[in-house]
Order: sequence, then structure tokens, then C-alpha cells
Amino acid sequence: MTDGAKTIIGIRSVTKRFNGNVLAVDDVSLDIKSGEFFALLGPSGCGKTTLLRMIAGFEVPSDGSVEIDGQVVDDVPPNKRPVNMVFQSYAVFPHMTVADNVAYGLKMDGVSSSEAKGRVEEALGLVQLPGYGERMPDQLSGGQRQRVALARALVKRPKVLLLDEPLSALDAKLREAMQLELRNLQAKVGITFVMVTHDQDEALSMADRVAVMESGRVRQLAAPRDLYEFPNCRFVADFIGKMNLFEGVVKSSAGSEISVGIDGIGDVRLPFDGSAQGKIGIAIRPEKAMVTADKPSDEDCLSLEGQVTQVAYYGNESHVFVKTASGLDFSVTTQNNERSVVAATNPGDRRWVSWRRKDTLVLAE
Amino acid sequence: MDPWHKFRRIFYSVGIPPTIWLIAFFLVPLGLIWIFSFGEKVGVVGIDITWTLDNYVRSFNPDILTIFAKSLWLAAVATFICLVIGLPVALGIVYAPNKWKGLLLLGIMLPFWTNLLIRTYALIAVLRTRGYVNFTLEWLDGAARWFLELFGMGGIALAILGERFQALELLYNDNAVILGLVYVHLPFMVLPLYAALERLDRSYLEASLDLGAGHLRTLWNVVVPLALPGIISGLIITFIPALGSFLTPDLLGGPDSAMIATIIERQFKSANDWPFGSALSFLLMYITFGALAIRALMARRRGGDGMGG
Ligand SMILES: Nc1ncnc2c1ncn2[C@@H]1O[C@H](COP(=O)(O)OP(=O)(O)OP(=O)(O)O)[C@@H](O)[C@H]1O
Ligand SMILES: [Mg+2]
Repeated sequence: MTDGAKTIIGIRSVTKRFNGNVLAVDDVSLDIKSGEFFALLGPSGCGKTTLLRMIAGFEVPSDGSVEIDGQVVDDVPPNKRPVNMVFQSYAVFPHMTVADNVAYGLKMDGVSSSEAKGRVEEALGLVQLPGYGERMPDQLSGGQRQRVALARALVKRPKVLLLDEPLSALDAKLREAMQLELRNLQAKVGITFVMVTHDQDEALSMADRVAVMESGRVRQLAAPRDLYEFPNCRFVADFIGKMNLFEGVVKSSAGSEISVGIDGIGDVRLPFDGSAQGKIGIAIRPEKAMVTADKPSDEDCLSLEGQVTQVAYYGNESHVFVKTASGLDFSVTTQNNERSVVAATNPGDRRWVSWRRKDTLVLAE
Repeated sequence: MDPWHKFRRIFYSVGIPPTIWLIAFFLVPLGLIWIFSFGEKVGVVGIDITWTLDNYVRSFNPDILTIFAKSLWLAAVATFICLVIGLPVALGIVYAPNKWKGLLLLGIMLPFWTNLLIRTYALIAVLRTRGYVNFTLEWLDGAARWFLELFGMGGIALAILGERFQALELLYNDNAVILGLVYVHLPFMVLPLYAALERLDRSYLEASLDLGAGHLRTLWNVVVPLALPGIISGLIITFIPALGSFLTPDLLGGPDSAMIATIIERQFKSANDWPFGSALSFLLMYITFGALAIRALMARRRGGDGMGG
């Protein structure tokens, strides 16, 4: 994918403290590759915007440094950095026409007005707003304003486009359409996109790589698939998608196997390639587990007996909640791919929950 | 919310006293002055209302027109200087750390709490021949002479600085009036500007910087147009009282720096010509209305959001 591509943005041990004590970003180091779609994902207040603003130049790191295209830019003001930003509020200048908004950055760069005219047209075409140049921003819908903000940043052909929750102000339907559009646009223009979001679906479906942040730190940086299938800690496992999380203790580990005692399940052997000691987390995705009437005979499966407490029906799938005899709450997602399965499980039924050993995640952190 | 007419009694009991006050102490006297302006002076105190336009015609003599023009000019210059000083000051307060903002605003408003007369005399104490500005200059002059003589360059000192220190005549001229007007009216400018700038979404400024504009170009291209309603309010709120000042030109101005309000005051007092003073008052008011009409027009052109604090 983007392996081997050159680093366009280097974050080097960057820390940001506000007013000397609020630790917004805590010793973050990461490389963003040229041409990739990079997402910063995390819960509210974890420091995503602060990190983005340090790349744009609106905040200065308290410690560490930011490199853009191999150059340390700590002393470079925002207007001299080869990056552009799409603001969460769009910040489309209300006193200028759409065309003047888009041309603003070109004018500042001293691009001749005839060349600017062509590039503005081109940029408006790119965001599917051809012919909107003479409108005022208050004559546009939220989605259209967002496109103007996008065109205004893209027209400068920056090395990196920074987007702070670009879709959060749009309604669900428009947001979905814009996700696809933004993704296609990025592929088309080939500019590196760095997008901040707190919406995991958005990050997973759009980005090549995602950095998951928690209270100022990057907990995991990986491709969406790896993030979902191989989270490296309880926080990421829980934050991305749904997860059944249990506590356990390492009994022994040998080669590529580990023996753990799990609260409410007992001692089990699990395939595991790392090293872990003491208390660990055990995680199983709801869709990786099954609910059956009889105990599966498969040796590779772990199973628990319990009682169905609730069934939430979503049409294509159902979420079945099972309380095991040992008191664990288990949620299982089942696909309703046959009409007959829909009515097969009801609250109160005694059922077996089972999953493959190799689908069990061992989380050292 | 229920419409007010459901609480008719409360509405009237709250609304009527100020209405009476306004009518009795503002509209009635104003009406009287308006009527006086069509009157003729008879004897020492009598005024005969003859509905003559003579007082207005008299106002259009070159002397009075010159004073009107001069008043407009002095008020305009003072207002413009207030804007030039006030804009950076207001910006500075907006971008100051939150804990400082209140204190800085208080500092701007503090002069309001002191009597205008006292403030003007304070300014006189600063500017007069034996005032603080001249003391400071004299001290600097002395220091420079001493310094030059120390290095045996007494001749140069004599050539540049002259025989001895000459106090600057800072008072009793137009510049002193302008300075006084700026000093007195600066808060009128800063407060509406501050209100307008404070409401300005900072992401507009950041977007401008992000797109490659420097601070000055951002100020000119983004801050000024977006804060324009506040700027216009500030200009008018400053210009109107500046135009009507009479204490400042009276105390700080020279013989030829009289402003129109000085002349009006003179008609009501020493000249004892109330009809003429009334006519002048109303002409001044029409000019003020003109300024307000310009603002309303500009506000309408900008889509009706002309109020800037
Ligand atoms: N200018 C500032 N002064 C003081 N503290 C700040 C400032 N900006 C951000 N913070 C603090 O830094 C932390 C991180 O803020 P940041 O805006 O980066 O979060 P975020 O991840 O973007 O959150 P959200 O998803 O809510 O936008 C928060 O605790 C916030 O209160
Ligand atoms: Mg944010």
C-alpha cells in the first residue's frame, strides 16, 4: 500500500501543554507517508485537534518538533507552511463570493488572476460545484459550504491537506455520501490527507492508516483491518467496534501458546505469539462467536453455557445477549441469513456460546 | 413566551414611568427649542414666536458655516484617530488572556468614572508650558547638553539645541482640541469595536493565515470587513458626541478653535439669543441624523445586520 513511500510529516516526540499544566498531547511520535489517507481517531478531548493544529502551525509544541517534507517547521508560521486546513466550522468567508473564497489563497501567493480563474474553476469542478462561483456562502447548504472549504484548500495544491472533523456537521446520509466522495477525491488528487475524527466507522472506511489516541497518547497506529482484528490494548479493542472483554491471568507460556486462567471461564490454552505476564485482557468480537443449542464438538472451539437474556433484532443481523452460568455477559452478533434462524433464539432459552481459540485476543495492556 | 399583552398591567406599570419621564424631560424641552428656533428676540428675556426662518437663514453666513465645517473636521479627525488607536487596542484586548480581559476593559472604561472637567484639567496639567510633557523634554534637553559637553562638544549642542530650552506650545490650538477629543472619546470607539471583534469567529482568521495571508493582510481582508458593522457603530458613536463637544474646545482650544457647540452655548448664555441658539442646535441635530441615516443605509445594504454592539 503506502509502505516504502517517503515520510511527508514527521511528528517527533511532540508534547503540548496548555497553560503549563493541561497535557493535551503527550510525547507523540509518528510518520505520515506521502500520498496516504491518514486518520487521527479518538474520544473527545484526547488531543486530536491539538495535534492537527500543531501540524498547521496554529499551536507550537511545548516539546519535540514537527517536520514537513523533511524540514523542521517549528519556527515557520501557518501562512508559510505547505499544508492547508479544512476547518470543522468550514470558516468560509461570509463576505466573499464562492469564487473569491477559493481564489483567496492563490491571491495571497501572488498567482496571476487569469491563472487563478482557471484553477478556481477546476477546483470547483473537482468538488462538484461548477458554476457556483458567483454565489455568496449564505446561499449554500452546509454540505456545499464544506465543499467550498475543501476547494479553497485544494486549489493551493498543498503537500498535505488537514481536515478537522470535516463531516461532523453534516446529516447522516450526506455524511456517508461525502465519505465516499472525499476518499475518491483523495485518490484523484494524490495529496496526503490527514483527517481528525471521533467516528470510528469514518476512520475505518476512509483511511489507509489510523492512529488511535487516548488522553494525548497514540495507543495504536495501524491499517483499519489490523486495528479491528489485532487491537494491541484494551482501550483500542473496546473503542473500535464492539467487544466482549474479560479479565485473566497468565499461567504459563510456551512457544506460540499461552495458558491463561480467565475469570468465569477457567483455564484455557490460546495461541499467542507475544510475551505476556500477570493480568491480561481477553477479548472476543461478537460476530466471531456463535450461539447454538448444543455444545459444539470442535476441539478448536471454546464454549460456555448460559441463558439468553435479550435479543435485539436489526433486520440483517441480531445481537444476542447471553448470561453464562458463571455470571459473564456475552454478546453475540448473528447474521439473519436464513428466515428460519430469526425466530430460533428467544430470551430465556438455554444456549451454548462458542468461538474459535484463534479468534481470541490476548491483550497484554 | 406569552405575548406581553397577557401581562398588560405589568407592562403598563413598568413602561409608563419611563415614558412620562422621556416626554417631560426630553421631548417637551426639545419641542420648545424647536419652536424657539422660529422665534424672534424681544427685549432682554422675551421670545416672540413668529415662525420666521430668519434664524436659519442667519446660520448660513460664512462665519457660522466655517465653524460648522471646522467642527466637522475636528470631530472627523479625532474620530479617525480614535479608530486607528482603538482597533489595535480592541484587538489586543480580544486576544489577551482571559484573566486580563476584564481588567483591561475596566482600564478603558475607568476615565468614564471621572468628571469630564477634571479629566480636561488633567490634560492641561500635562500639556501646558510648565506641564509634564515640557518638564520631560526639558530634562532630556538638559541631559543631552550635559552629555555632549562631557565629550567637549558643547558647540554642537549649541548648534542643535539652541541657546536654551524652549518649551513647546502644546495648548490652545487645534491639535490640543483633537488630542482632548481623542482622549475623551476613545472608550466610545474601543467598546463597540471590542464587542464586534469578540464575536468574530477566530477560525476565519486562522483560515486566512492558513491560506497564506500575513497578519496585516488578514486584518485588512478579513477582520475589517467582518467587523465593519462594529467599526461603523464605533465611528458614529464617537463622531456624534465629538461633534457636540464644547468643554474640550473651550478649555484646550485657541481663539479660532471654537466648535459649533461653543457657539450654541454662547447664544444661550452671554449672547442671550435663544432663537438663534435653538436654530443652530437643530442644524447640529440634522447633521447627526444624517450620520445615523448613513449608518442605517449601510446596515441595510449589508443585509440588515448593522448593529455592532
Ligand atoms: N487553547 C486551549 N487552552 C487550554 N486547553 C486546551 C486548549 N485547546 C485544547 N485544550 C485541552 O486540550 C485537550 C485536548 O483538546 P483537543 O481539542 O485537542 O481535543 P480533541 O481530541 O480534538 O477533542 P474533540 O473530539 O472534542 O474535538 C482537552 O482537554 C482540551 O480541554
Ligand atoms: Mg477536536
